[in-house]
Amino acid sequence: MAEQNNIDRSGTPLVEMRNISIAFGGIQAVDDVTVDLYPGEVVGLLGHNGAGKSTLIKILSGAYAADSGEIYVNGEKAEINNPRDARSYNIETIYQTLALADNLDAASNLFLGRELITRAGMLDDAQMEAEARKIMHRLNPNFKKFAEPVSALSGGQRQSVAIARAVYFDAKILIMDEPTAALGPQETQMVAELVQELKRQGLGIFLISHDIADVMELCDRVSVMKNGQLVGTEKVEDVTDDDILGMIILGKKPGQAAA
Amino acid sequence: MTDSTASTPASPSNPPPGTDRSGAWSRFLTATELDTRLIGMVAALALIWVGFHMYGAIVNNFGAFLTPRNLWNLSVQTSSIGIMATGMVLVIITRHIDLSVGSILGFCAIVMGMLQVYILPPILGLGHPLIWIIAVLAGILSGAIIGAFQGSLIAYGAIPAFIVTLGGLLVWRGAAFLIARGETISPVDSTFALLGGGPYGAVGATGSWIVGLIVCGGIIFGVLNGRRQRTKFQFKQRPVWADSFLALLGCGATIGAVILVNSYYWPRGIVNQWAAANDVVVPETGLQISYGFAIPVLILAVVAVGMNFLLTRTRFGRYVFAIGGNPEAAALAGIDTKWMTVKIFAIMGGLAGLASVVASARLNSATNALGTLDELYVIAAAVIGGTSLAGGVGTIFGAILGALVMQSLQSGMVLIGFDAGMQQVVVGSVLVLAVFLDILYRRKSK
Repeated sequence: MAEQNNIDRSGTPLVEMRNISIAFGGIQAVDDVTVDLYPGEVVGLLGHNGAGKSTLIKILSGAYAADSGEIYVNGEKAEINNPRDARSYNIETIYQTLALADNLDAASNLFLGRELITRAGMLDDAQMEAEARKIMHRLNPNFKKFAEPVSALSGGQRQSVAIARAVYFDAKILIMDEPTAALGPQETQMVAELVQELKRQGLGIFLISHDIADVMELCDRVSVMKNGQLVGTEKVEDVTDDDILGMIILGKKPGQAAA
Repeated sequence: MTDSTASTPASPSNPPPGTDRSGAWSRFLTATELDTRLIGMVAALALIWVGFHMYGAIVNNFGAFLTPRNLWNLSVQTSSIGIMATGMVLVIITRHIDLSVGSILGFCAIVMGMLQVYILPPILGLGHPLIWIIAVLAGILSGAIIGAFQGSLIAYGAIPAFIVTLGGLLVWRGAAFLIARGETISPVDSTFALLGGGPYGAVGATGSWIVGLIVCGGIIFGVLNGRRQRTKFQFKQRPVWADSFLALLGCGATIGAVILVNSYYWPRGIVNQWAAANDVVVPETGLQISYGFAIPVLILAVVAVGMNFLLTRTRFGRYVFAIGGNPEAAALAGIDTKWMTVKIFAIMGGLAGLASVVASARLNSATNALGTLDELYVIAAAVIGGTSLAGGVGTIFGAILGALVMQSLQSGMVLIGFDAGMQQVVVGSVLVLAVFLDILYRRKSK
């Protein structure tokens, strides 16, 4: 278990999703789920495939619109209807699929949807590449392939581009969907260090993962979902791996599981 | 690239191929950052041209291909397909297809024909200078509206582009027939007719030199601006010799083209007609008047430069590539992919309208059959020019080269006397072969 910095949860949460529900066809993918996130905190979202984690988080990132429920950012009600809205609240997402356009280079992907333009309104590719070099140098000093399309990059390099995109634009709320699923040990370590650094800067991070060890190491709290419903939210220092496993598999809170 | 510091801004469409090979040729390619694909296409085009010329010279005792007259005609014939091919690049990059462009062309021609012959002259008077302007605008606008309509069916109705535009292929051709009751509408307005080329529809020797000098100025400015940008951001400079070579190559090709079109002279009959009309005395030795660049070719050039700018230098173009590379990622990045689709098809339709201006002006008449099968030539031009049907890859200049290849094959076979059946066999085979070579090239450069 990593350093447990004391997170002040007395103030207003950075983001709060209240009573969120969404259905696709007849399937209730997310059912009346409430989660929150405080500055400098990492909240893990756990659950089986199809438990509704990614769907919940896609509502926050603007990819889906919830059927009911509200989102509050810094205590104020937020209207998030598309990814642009989410970005305007400084909510950035690193998707499991990375969401990179394979035929474009790193800088173009980094600035996709938020291109820098010259005074004449043209793309300022040189400026974008210069900025990309700066941020990539910070995140992954070995990254050199700025001229190639990202399809030519390794899994870890692609991940760095996706992370750079979230970090570059001053995210306050960061959503990481399976950030280490496709990575080797060294790159996983890189992501872990980055999460710690961002925590220190006061960002709030939602971390979606399958890997309980990952979650126990990086997160301050975990919210477990099963069949679209929230099983419970626990502080990691209060629970064991087995407790969380019980929540994921049986859908029971630690107290209930023991009973 | 072995050295990552050198990079071409805004070149998502043509990533530099692997350059681990050593040797003078690859060092040359690295330094100039020329696209080997494009070089290959120019080489193929040169081969086709020389091949037809030699075949004519040997078999028919007359090499007719590499003459100013044929090349000038070739440039005019390429214009209409070339204009549409630039739009088809956008459509195909975003993983769509437009099968309706030939029919849109026919429909717009009928709209413009009706305006010029039956509707506007009674209102404005025959030969009124506004007639051609209104007609051209109406043609482009009709095309754009049709395109936007089809695009919105594709984007918001989620009907595949193949089906929507296949329907459009029938609908607009039929609509054109209904409007004109199957009649040919002619003659078009005399100013409008100039947009199709011909002796009067060209800018002459002086005009061509002016155009040539402007283009050379643009090329030199582009090279210098590139160097300035690289200095500003401390990227590695291209060697001076490489930049000079590129500038010289561009200017040389431009000046060559000017000399070529200026060495094609009006036929004697036209000269006499013109002299009689303008009270000019034709000397005993005859009067040599150059054609110069044809107006449709200049239209194509302007369209090409504009579309290339749009595709490589603007957000719009960047989004076109992003949607083609990964539509989901584009949407997650906040790009309104549906609205983009509408805009792209509107541009395609507008260009079909513009191509319709050129095509009907060239024939001096509008028929509902105008542009039949053009959709296939336009798609073939884009694909031969390196636009990938899988999406995400394509260049404007490649598509225009592709159009030139298609047109060269066609007119070359006419010149050496192949009959129509043989022409179709060859053009079809070349299309398949070109795409196969392209696939091999991409596999190798990966």
